[in-house]
Amino acid sequence: MGNGMSAISLKNLDVSYGDTRVVEGVSLEIAEGECFGLVGESGSGKSTVLRAITGLAPDWEGEIDLFGQPRDKSIDKRFAALCQMVFQDPYGSLHPRQTVDATLSEPLAIHGIKDADRRVPEMMEACGLDPRFRFRLPHQLSGGQRQRVAIARALMLKPKILLLDEPTSALDVSVQAEILNLLKRLRREQGLTYVIVTHDLPVVSFLCDRLAVMRQGRIVEVADVAALKTNTMKDPYSRELVEKSTTRITA
Amino acid sequence: MSEPLLDVQNLRVRFPTATGPVEVVRGVSFTLGRERLGIVGESGSGKSMTGRSILRLIRKPGEVTADRLRFDGKDLLSISEREMRKVRGARISMVMQDPKFSLNPVMTVGEQIGEALAVHEKLPRRQIRERVLTMLEAVQIRDPERVFGLYPHEVSGGMGQRVMIAMMLIPEPAILIADEPTSALDVSVQGEVLKIIDELITRNGMGLIFISHDLHLVSQFCDRILVMYRGEVVEQCAASELDKASHPYTRGLLASVPQLNETRELLPVLDRSQWETA
Repeated sequence: MGNGMSAISLKNLDVSYGDTRVVEGVSLEIAEGECFGLVGESGSGKSTVLRAITGLAPDWEGEIDLFGQPRDKSIDKRFAALCQMVFQDPYGSLHPRQTVDATLSEPLAIHGIKDADRRVPEMMEACGLDPRFRFRLPHQLSGGQRQRVAIARALMLKPKILLLDEPTSALDVSVQAEILNLLKRLRREQGLTYVIVTHDLPVVSFLCDRLAVMRQGRIVEVADVAALKTNTMKDPYSRELVEKSTTRITA
Repeated sequence: MSEPLLDVQNLRVRFPTATGPVEVVRGVSFTLGRERLGIVGESGSGKSMTGRSILRLIRKPGEVTADRLRFDGKDLLSISEREMRKVRGARISMVMQDPKFSLNPVMTVGEQIGEALAVHEKLPRRQIRERVLTMLEAVQIRDPERVFGLYPHEVSGGMGQRVMIAMMLIPEPAILIADEPTSALDVSVQGEVLKIIDELITRNGMGLIFISHDLHLVSQFCDRILVMYRGEVVEQCAASELDKASHPYTRGLLASVPQLNETRELLPVLDRSQWETA
């Protein structure tokens, strides 16, 4: 991938929860503007990699650099403005008693940005949310609309990197299509870098440029998405995973 | 096929709201034999409500009506609650989506499965324990003795779902309603859980109603499919012929799923106006 600086650079990343080490020796270089997929079974550590990057899993060793800046383990506002995360469950990740407006204004307030009144409607429009929804509460929105709010919130600070943890697996296929299209468009319009964690290989095929297959906390293979499409990945485990996703029942 | 296990005609489920009653299931009819019937649709299509209304699990003020809702010679809508309790769980049972929220957190797995049996049959404790252990083995839990004494938070999602299947199948019901039984599970575990359901269904000669939003999954797993949209069945077909589906909604759903060798720049999004005015 291009010369110049990587958007995300992980070197020998180990992450532990208590005494259990869940990610071991992960090294990745993700270029600016790239969409990178992390796939694997549950428990393979793929979400934990994202959590370590955002700071939700502070017990890590190794190096995490974003645009050449090393990340330390404390809460860092500059870092939050650079890199944001979208979670799987839009029902669980929005405050149930905050309106869409409050949810979207909060990151601005924290970072001392004044023009919420302009930015909130702008971002709602960019994420395909009707302006009527601005003063609604999460329970008055559908799952797809909630996920749009979660994406809008993540983009409020104009980050360069978006970490997506199973962003569509709680949604219906028809709504999934809308959200995937939205993510694709936003990435193009705002020049974002994505890291997406998913167990859904067709989603990777639709959205990503490259992918890494994880198993038991380690990366077994990094491949171009073309290798996924043609089922020509090298590692036998990667191929097994592809097989499983095409024939789920006769496994 | 002989007499169907379950005969549903013109099933309707209604909820009163401030702006008048809303009908969430609008005249659904189907019969179920010893087969695997899939009901697919998006959230809000009424597929879960259909499943729940068969067991009379719709709470007030919701209202269920049907021209016919017959199971085993009984009209499920007119029998008493007391009689219904003999049907529910024992003759028709239901596996829910998420084991995390459907298992009792303060009871061990073994006790819970045993309870499902004890409610419907008078059996000595030791025999119950034995049946539970056999059932745990049947759902491919490797160390049933150990799992028997675990609490739900100590088991993984896939194992929790197997526990729930064990609990639902231990009274040997005639019909199993599975409402998104694998959506909360990992893809790699999904296959195993489905295989277990499939084996037990075939072995016991049961009928299965499989409710899911995943068209491809249903088409691989079931014999027959009903596609629901806005409370109505818009398409009925053999699972093997899903790709020949004719209703624009079904076609739209099929098209909106990304493929493994995806080349489309954008995914087609459902244009609901196409068939709603029709």
